[in-house]
Amino acid sequence: MIDVTFFANIYELMSEWGPNFWRGLLASLQIAFGGYLLGLLIGVSGAIGKIYGGPVLKWVLEIYTTLIRAVPELVLILLLFYAGTQLLAQGLAALGYERVTISGLAAGIVVLGIVQGAYSTEVMRGAILAIPKGEVEAGAAFGMGSFKIFRRIMIPAMLPLALPGLSNLWLIITKDTALLAVVGYEELALVTRQAAGATRYYLEAYLVAGAIYLLVTLISMKLFNLAENRVTRGRKSLASGGA
Amino acid sequence: MGEWYWLPDYAWRFVEGIGVTLELLFIALFFGFLLAIPIGLVQVTGPKWLAAIARGFCTMIRGTPLLIQLWLLYYGLGSLFPYFPELRNSFLWPILREAFPYAAVAFIISVAAYEGHIMRGAFASVPKGELEAARSMGMGRFTVLRRIWLPRAIQNVLPTLAGEAVLTLKSVPLASTITIFDVFGVGGIVRQETYRIYEPLIFVGFIYLLITAVLVVLFRWLENRVPSANRA
Repeated sequence: MIDVTFFANIYELMSEWGPNFWRGLLASLQIAFGGYLLGLLIGVSGAIGKIYGGPVLKWVLEIYTTLIRAVPELVLILLLFYAGTQLLAQGLAALGYERVTISGLAAGIVVLGIVQGAYSTEVMRGAILAIPKGEVEAGAAFGMGSFKIFRRIMIPAMLPLALPGLSNLWLIITKDTALLAVVGYEELALVTRQAAGATRYYLEAYLVAGAIYLLVTLISMKLFNLAENRVTRGRKSLASGGA
Repeated sequence: MGEWYWLPDYAWRFVEGIGVTLELLFIALFFGFLLAIPIGLVQVTGPKWLAAIARGFCTMIRGTPLLIQLWLLYYGLGSLFPYFPELRNSFLWPILREAFPYAAVAFIISVAAYEGHIMRGAFASVPKGELEAARSMGMGRFTVLRRIWLPRAIQNVLPTLAGEAVLTLKSVPLASTITIFDVFGVGGIVRQETYRIYEPLIFVGFIYLLITAVLVVLFRWLENRVPSANRA
């Protein structure tokens, strides 16, 4: 199975389809990055809402996080992708705008961001709850404004606890971008499928794709480890046993 | 709230779909967990080379999308098998032509890797003193594993395993991309034949909510059966 022709096949595959794989990877990373940032934004607001919000807001957020975490990503992606783009197009048409086509990139980012937001909310909630109240009060006693307290005290206190969860979420979203292949968005998984079908080197194409995803994961893990070491500096116990 | 006239016509197919989903889920969880135990164990106590292989396996599977693994097995390996005439004539051939075994193997491997990673932490978290106490009572290594180490390890990570089971359930729809008609796949049929986009998806989502709820209750029940030091 794995002999000289195998490597010759991979060489042929990459010389023909190499640029497509590269573009696919870029598309995947763009969506992952955008979705991750949107998810973080939702996560922070959601966590604050869940902790400090009124009963109605808390209830709405609870439904959001429960629903998203119980329903398969593929169902959510199809629902949000089709329903979202159609609603938006109808809304814009009703407002008198021309027929617009929503870019697959934007739709993908929004869909994955909404999914990530639910998980992000839980991660951030745990981290916010772990901020020592005394430190926040001490900051206020020193005359810091609420933004300064947030930047100087809350974030440094949260990050060591939130980072393992956040790194996990990043690893999940880089792999979840592959689901967009099902709705026809040309990211790495779909490009791989096209390359496999065109060249008939099925095994080789999927192995190449697997290797690329694995590389992304390994590099991300390395970077998050560096970040973790940085935010936990001076906290020996957390750095060694917390993650 | 949409149009649901199609529901009675497809009710039976949905029941079959739920059956396929549950079948895949339980095969994956059962055999995956059986594999996860040695994969976790050798990373804690095994020889270095075996631990390295187990760790490499976990990293590789956890670092690539399940969708790619599924396609690699089904389209990649599946496209090679016809070149082996011995296989074509063997009793395995009817199995190798079906899509279900590929999905089952892909999900088992995935569960084995994710739960193997969890079990590594679980085995490592059991206090050494308990294992030494068991050894000093004259238990053999295997008896220690069966009576003390494994039960204590599982007890520590039951909630995590429950979460992993729900994640596995949620990844079953991927099987529909290789022509398997699980609940999600049946929803796809309805969409194609009735041209209704949202209702079948919402219905599938609703079924998933129910199955997830049942899984959560099942694991909660299991957790309550296991005595824990954290509860009185």
